[in-house]
Amino acid sequence: MGHGGGGAMSGELVEHLFLPAHGTAGNTVLGDSAVVDVGGARIAFSTDAYVVKPMVFPGGCLGDLAVNGTVNDLAMAGATPLYLSIAYILQEGTPLTEVRRIAAAAGAAARAAGVRLITGDTKVVDNGSGDGVFVTTSGVGLVAAGVEIGPHRATPGDAVLISGDLGVHGVAVLSVRAGLEFDTAVSSDTAPLNGLVAAVLATGADVHVLRDPTRGGVAASLNEIARTAGVGVSLEERRLPVPGGVADACSLLGLDPLEVANEGKLLAFVPRDDADRVLAAMRGHPLGAGARRIGVCVPEHPGMVVARTALGGTRVVNMPIGEQLPRIC
Amino acid sequence: LELIGRGRRQRRRYTVSGLVQGVGFRPFAYATAAALALTGSVANTADGVVIEVEGDPDDVAEYGRRLRAQAPPLAMIVAVAQEELPSTGGTGFTIEPSRGGPARTLASPDVATCADCLHELGDPADRRHRHPFINCTNCGPRFTIITGLPYDRDATTMASFPMCPACRAEYEDPADRRFHAQPIACPACGPRLTLVDAAGAPVSPGEDPVTAARRLLASGRIVAVKGLGGYHLACDARDPAATGELRRRKQRGGKPFAVMVADLGTARRLAELSAGDEELLGGARRPIVLAPRRAGSGLAAEVAPGNPDLGLMLPYTALHALLLGLPGDPPGPDALVMTSGNRSGEPIVTDDGEALRRLAPLADAWLRHDRPIRVPCDDSVSRHVDGAELPVRRSRGYAPLPVALPFPVAPTLAAGADLKSACAVASGRYAWLSQHIGDMDDLATINALTVTERHLEELTGVRPELLVADLHPGYRSSEWALRNADGRPVRRVQHHHAHVASVMAEHGLGAGERVIGVAFDGTGFGPDGAAWGGEVLVAGYRTYRRAARLGYVPLAGGDASVLRPYRMALAHLHAAGLPWHSWLPPVAACPRAERDLLARQFATGAGCVPTSSMGRLFDAVSSLIGVRHAVEYEAEAAIVLEGVARAAPAGPGRAYRFEVSVSPDGSDVADPGPVVRDLATDLRAGVPAPVLAAGFHAAVAGLIADLADRCRERTGLDVVALGGGVFQNALLISGASRLLRERGFTVLRPRLLPPNDGGIALGQLVIGASGGSWNPAEED
Ligand SMILES: [Fe+3]
Ligand SMILES: [Mg+2]
Ligand SMILES: [Zn+2]
Ligand SMILES: [Zn+2]
Repeated sequence: MGHGGGGAMSGELVEHLFLPAHGTAGNTVLGDSAVVDVGGARIAFSTDAYVVKPMVFPGGCLGDLAVNGTVNDLAMAGATPLYLSIAYILQEGTPLTEVRRIAAAAGAAARAAGVRLITGDTKVVDNGSGDGVFVTTSGVGLVAAGVEIGPHRATPGDAVLISGDLGVHGVAVLSVRAGLEFDTAVSSDTAPLNGLVAAVLATGADVHVLRDPTRGGVAASLNEIARTAGVGVSLEERRLPVPGGVADACSLLGLDPLEVANEGKLLAFVPRDDADRVLAAMRGHPLGAGARRIGVCVPEHPGMVVARTALGGTRVVNMPIGEQLPRIC
Repeated sequence: LELIGRGRRQRRRYTVSGLVQGVGFRPFAYATAAALALTGSVANTADGVVIEVEGDPDDVAEYGRRLRAQAPPLAMIVAVAQEELPSTGGTGFTIEPSRGGPARTLASPDVATCADCLHELGDPADRRHRHPFINCTNCGPRFTIITGLPYDRDATTMASFPMCPACRAEYEDPADRRFHAQPIACPACGPRLTLVDAAGAPVSPGEDPVTAARRLLASGRIVAVKGLGGYHLACDARDPAATGELRRRKQRGGKPFAVMVADLGTARRLAELSAGDEELLGGARRPIVLAPRRAGSGLAAEVAPGNPDLGLMLPYTALHALLLGLPGDPPGPDALVMTSGNRSGEPIVTDDGEALRRLAPLADAWLRHDRPIRVPCDDSVSRHVDGAELPVRRSRGYAPLPVALPFPVAPTLAAGADLKSACAVASGRYAWLSQHIGDMDDLATINALTVTERHLEELTGVRPELLVADLHPGYRSSEWALRNADGRPVRRVQHHHAHVASVMAEHGLGAGERVIGVAFDGTGFGPDGAAWGGEVLVAGYRTYRRAARLGYVPLAGGDASVLRPYRMALAHLHAAGLPWHSWLPPVAACPRAERDLLARQFATGAGCVPTSSMGRLFDAVSSLIGVRHAVEYEAEAAIVLEGVARAAPAGPGRAYRFEVSVSPDGSDVADPGPVVRDLATDLRAGVPAPVLAAGFHAAVAGLIADLADRCRERTGLDVVALGGGVFQNALLISGASRLLRERGFTVLRPRLLPPNDGGIALGQLVIGASGGSWNPAEED
């Protein structure tokens, strides 16, 4: 079952099972958070469940990942994240030291992001009913007047920017999962992106889309944006920032770095004329030092993402399917 | 006398259906009537060609016989209906205007220049002496120039070349070989050749462009040549520097180049040709023919490095004939590399501007003409095995010939698969497979699929109501189908079921029939999430049941293990319980870090998918015995392995055997472990590679026969269909077919369509149209 990989298969579950069941099909923008009007205030609201294996990995653990994930989902709507809830599902027998470490990391991450964990819950399930620790976080934030950010706003002509190196989190997790070691050590990039988003918004640029390319990587995020907006996305393969360690690991594992998860990067679609300003603002922030332009939003091939290769070809970047299946027959 | 004469007169209507329009059928009908002194008429109608003849009853009957026996070479008669009519008298035989619209007018493929035209080409007295665009109703461009139907000059890319009076007269003369030859042309009114440089400026103006191009080729240059279905890149195949340079510029790795030779005599000196090979080489379809290369042929090694076969073809247009030189021409290359004019991974270039732009880094000069190419169409590739054709790539000369279906279907479109892609449409009793489109990695190829499919709809009039695509969640062709569905249902079918159904359909098996389907190929998506590829399916059109498979081994890292066969060898060694000794060639070939990583992946299953692929087993064995560890094009390791096996001494070789057991679900599982272990043992003992490779081929052939036997015992079925890319292997399909026949099986082999994914769309069509889907339901 590949429904957890963040690609085509989990998308199908959402589209064909959950949305119809919830009665929200047809009138929901499938963003990672929703922006609603509450008593005159524009509130962004988001929730996410975290089941990462292993629970501790180079550069982070389940706790900071869960806080940063929801902070980032709020930030991607242009919101200032304010309050989070956190719920733990613990399997009986999980060492308390491990639970403590995860909780401490969650608290530290919240402080670092400037948000407060204000409510929560804990359940313990029988041995065999769970698998270590599951964490669910939800959060709310405020969206300033005039900020209108969402995948539907992607417009031909937009520059596509990335805040830094690709694939770092996914490779870090893989390297410890099943004890795979690579020549170059890679640590997760998990980080709260609300500060970086604030710096971007402070430029006054008309930011169209922000997205943190988590599960399914840049490939999944861009395909979703392209489909939602009915636009094409054209990447320059040689401009993609893939660090050596990630490239090596991907080559050995047969992975496409575009499909590997990130936890501290954002993609931005901004009008061409605003791109330099936004890039400069990103680079002025510690989490955006490696920011660069990687492509452009185009009217051609709506719903599709392509990468121009060094050879002059135009490779199609598919929605990841959640597991590694050979296509070569 | 008059009374008796009138009493003996008979009038009969013959309605001829099939591929009978645009192939010179009406002049043939006219000439035949004249020869038998019959009166009457002929007309093109929606049903085909309708002929009424009247005269002596014996002659009228003889006419019907000749309709079938002497039909023009391009005609493909599906049926001749006849109806007796009252005599009407009258004199003469008339060709009447077409009636009733195009309906199911079948478009003809492009046809190689006929002998009559070739004769005129070389005849200084003929007004078409050395005219590169000479053609007649028996030959010339069709499919690649048709812009719409009915097939008429205005609906071709010849529309912009008004006929001169001389051509017009031939075109309108029913007794002429060029009567209604839509692409008719001559030096006065036809397309023109030019030889230009990268800037589009004429090279050596005033000189005959072909002569100038030959001089460039003779001096080791690379010339882009605009042909029927696209541009080729040509160079002297005997010139190692030129051939090597072309390979470097095309960044083509070791993938073989096709070679066009001046004549059959030259072909015979380069390769060992069977009578069947020669028939294919010189026939009207004129594919690239794969045949064993001769040593010391004088061809550059760079043409097909390490490949046991050579891909040869003969000129199929007058331009090609001129390029290779007519008798008496100054000497020039007698063998030209003719490879598709494209950049790696992109479709063949057809547009002149694109050709200058995209081929700029590849060519030194461009030999082009001003007749547009409507659709790209690559050369076909074929071979002859045991008295029958085994197509490898069905394209120019074949497309868009329809395949007759065993049962009528609703208008349906099949998207094909992702590699060597070809799509298909069907309606009623016909399916039309597209020409070869390419590999669906590049946007340009996906766009080519869209263009090709639309063109196919235009030519056939089929308006699909149902789409069928592969079950694979990551196939771009399947995604293309979903994107283009426009509210129509998209049915997903299992890859290997489609392979088997293709073979069933081309052999005309009826709707309720079932076969033992052996589907051996690279990989296809299995409903259990595994990568299938070594399957025996008890298959009908609607459903299938997996009766046997190769034992699963872990395939690590998707396509990485396809491009680096040593990874598959390590997987099979792991599965066979053999330690990775350093003396084993794949162990030595695999970098230490990658090996350690693989060991952990195999131990934990991380990043691995189980596979039953037979194609990957061929790769693994190729690496295991030290033949190929990494490939630059898919199936390279297996192709080279076949070549090594052919070098084995005749007679009984090593007897390796798969171990077959019954799995809990009742299906057979063939464990390659014993074969892998015995190969390793023999390798260590110094048994030469050809003997090992031949022994492996024999083991796979034996496995096919054994699995079929076991399946027959349980089902009573005795018809075996062989499908999937592994059966491009001539040695294997030949050996397996022989064994199966010896054991009393009827063997169905791909003859019309390639066994590989280039032929899979037909299977998708018939499964989808039968209401089948991916669900491996109970046997019906
Ligand atoms: Fe296949
Ligand atoms: Mg999220
Ligand atoms: Zn001719
Ligand atoms: Zn003329």
